[in-house]
Amino acid sequence: MTAIRRAFDVALLLAVLAAIWQGLYMFAGDVAIASPAETVRHVFVLLERPRFWGHIEETLSAFAYALVISWAGGVGIGVWLGAHRLSGEVAEPILVALYSLPKVTLYPLILLVFGLGMPAKVAFGAIHGIIPVTIFTMNAVRNIRPVYVKAARVLRLSPQQTVTGVLLPATLPEVVSGLRVGFSLTLLGVLIGEMFASKRGLGFLIINAIGLNDVETMMAVTLLLFVFAAAANAFLLALDRRLHKRV
Amino acid sequence: MTVFHAELAGVARTYPGVAGHPAVHALGPVDLGLVRGEFFSVVGPSGCGKSTLLEVLAGLSPASTGTIVFEGAPVAGAVPDGIGVVFQEDASFPWLSVWDNVAFGLRRAGIEPGETERRVREAIAFMGLKDFAHAYPAQLSGGMRQRVCIARTLVLRPRLILLDEPFGALDAQTRLLMGDELLRLWRETGATVLLITHALDEAAMLSDRVGAMSARPGRFIDIVETGWPRERDSRIVAQSGFGKITGRLWTSLREESLKALGHAHGAAAG
Amino acid sequence: MGRLAWIRLGVIAGFIGLLEILCRGGAIGRLTMIPPSEMAAALVELIASGAVDDDIGRTLGSVAAAFTLAVVFGFVGGVALHAIPRLRRAADPLLATYYAVPFFVMIIATLNGLDRIPRVLDKVARTHRMRPLETALRLKLPAAAPYLFTGVKLAIAYSFIGVIASEFILAASGLGYQIAYAYNNFDNRTMYALMLFVLTLVTTINMALYVWERRLQRRRLGR
Repeated sequence: MTAIRRAFDVALLLAVLAAIWQGLYMFAGDVAIASPAETVRHVFVLLERPRFWGHIEETLSAFAYALVISWAGGVGIGVWLGAHRLSGEVAEPILVALYSLPKVTLYPLILLVFGLGMPAKVAFGAIHGIIPVTIFTMNAVRNIRPVYVKAARVLRLSPQQTVTGVLLPATLPEVVSGLRVGFSLTLLGVLIGEMFASKRGLGFLIINAIGLNDVETMMAVTLLLFVFAAAANAFLLALDRRLHKRV
Repeated sequence: MTVFHAELAGVARTYPGVAGHPAVHALGPVDLGLVRGEFFSVVGPSGCGKSTLLEVLAGLSPASTGTIVFEGAPVAGAVPDGIGVVFQEDASFPWLSVWDNVAFGLRRAGIEPGETERRVREAIAFMGLKDFAHAYPAQLSGGMRQRVCIARTLVLRPRLILLDEPFGALDAQTRLLMGDELLRLWRETGATVLLITHALDEAAMLSDRVGAMSARPGRFIDIVETGWPRERDSRIVAQSGFGKITGRLWTSLREESLKALGHAHGAAAG
Repeated sequence: MGRLAWIRLGVIAGFIGLLEILCRGGAIGRLTMIPPSEMAAALVELIASGAVDDDIGRTLGSVAAAFTLAVVFGFVGGVALHAIPRLRRAADPLLATYYAVPFFVMIIATLNGLDRIPRVLDKVARTHRMRPLETALRLKLPAAAPYLFTGVKLAIAYSFIGVIASEFILAASGLGYQIAYAYNNFDNRTMYALMLFVLTLVTTINMALYVWERRLQRRRLGR
């Protein structure tokens, strides 16, 4: 029952958002924005073009590389900073400061180091995503309740059993929250990177369409990204909720 | 016939079923008359509806059936003037100092500043918070924070004080000492006190009368008159009469507590 | 200053020193990065010349406007969503996806703060016979304040990101535009001076807020 009602609520919300969009369109006219119907139609037009799939592939592979770096790097550094108290305490304010820095300011530096193309985009995505993953993981490891470790010793678990049977499950919910935040910010970083540092990919298509005043393409690509990001996030959020409910 | 300070007649509380869960009959029907100036405690197994009883009497939640009367007027929908409530949870305001916490209600009521200051000072001194008047709750222990909440209630001079397991989170020794303070407060203010507690010794030591409640839906299965003098303190726990009272309460409650734990009727009694 | 702060300072100074050595030694070419000391010198010159005063004003003005709108509408939106749980559940995935937008940041912080108001405060309000508006202003707002503050901090950070990113692409003035202009003209001195300016400014604002927050929180957390 609740699942059906929830799906209904989501559908209703999307319908209201589409109605607001249509209203804006009627108010502002097609110079500034495209109507919902046109935009959806244009998504399918784009999807029929082989070259468009090339851009999607480019963005997805840059995103995949950046995500692997953000997640693996963030969890690795986070575990170290969480387990080693002094390092963690020294690093925490620095990480928080870095987190709220407008990293987009660094784009010329990234370009000068990596040049135009894939590596720059990946680097851009990774610098956005890695910090939140690190902060969440560090806090997860730091906040493991000491009684769990004692319980593992009383139960005579081997170090490996302690990690897989106690420490990993205890930290998992927080780490997954971090991965979720990292996912969104990595995607944001890759797209910004494509806007400034690339001639390929969906971010480039958006910025190019803005330059050409091609409102339909700009909105169609944005809608596509919106759907992808919201769907992926809904999945990660559900996972996150389920893990947190257990604790 | 006695005119009670507060009276519940045929009071029951049923929580309506939601989303496939059946309705829960939480309390009663209960009849209870509180004599003006008495100290009455309610004990009972967890989940028996003790807190519901207090909330219904305070006007914090509605009764499904029955009537509640406080000082001759029916209680319905709102907390009547003259009733003060102290909760089990820490309800001190972390953003206000101890002084400002205690002054909260008086300032709201627009009491004149000089009078406010005098009454706050008095309440703070009475609860032994003098040295902490400018501290913030986070700097105090749990027991001290509960004192702040009691002072915040006391300063409004309630004629009926309702306490919902106020010392539940404190250690046993601190609880006995807080009990002494409560007795002193009760004697000096002349207020009627209703205390909800899960600690039989606390109830036996503090009260004029103790009501023992059954497992859910809670009803009174025994009301014990302790016969203590008005001048009393925690040292009465050493008297022989004290053991008799706690013994009688436990005899009434053991079976009910087993039920609340989920045991079949009398299964573990043998 | 405590031992931790000294170590932290050492780490940061060491990092800057390393960059300086790498740049001066030629391991990092001048076309890629200029030494940090030169960035600082260039920044001092640039500020003294007054050439970028207008751009600074424009960027800060935009950030202030974006921030104010985000905080006001975010707070109102958060209160509204909190009042309508069904709408909130439906909107959750959207909020989680777009929280890099300052407005959403503030909505999320508001929801978070309202969620953590202890339930007992409601009962306290009723024992004091407080009206809903008074309960909101006297009890709920102060109880939620620390979480709202977190939202305000993040809203500032994301307002900077949004404004500077859009100046890179869309504007003909502002710090973002000037950085892009310097980049396109291979003017590394100006570019790095401006980047240093933005990063220092944001870090200073964040640190000031951090210290202020700590001071507000100290008594509430009993530290």
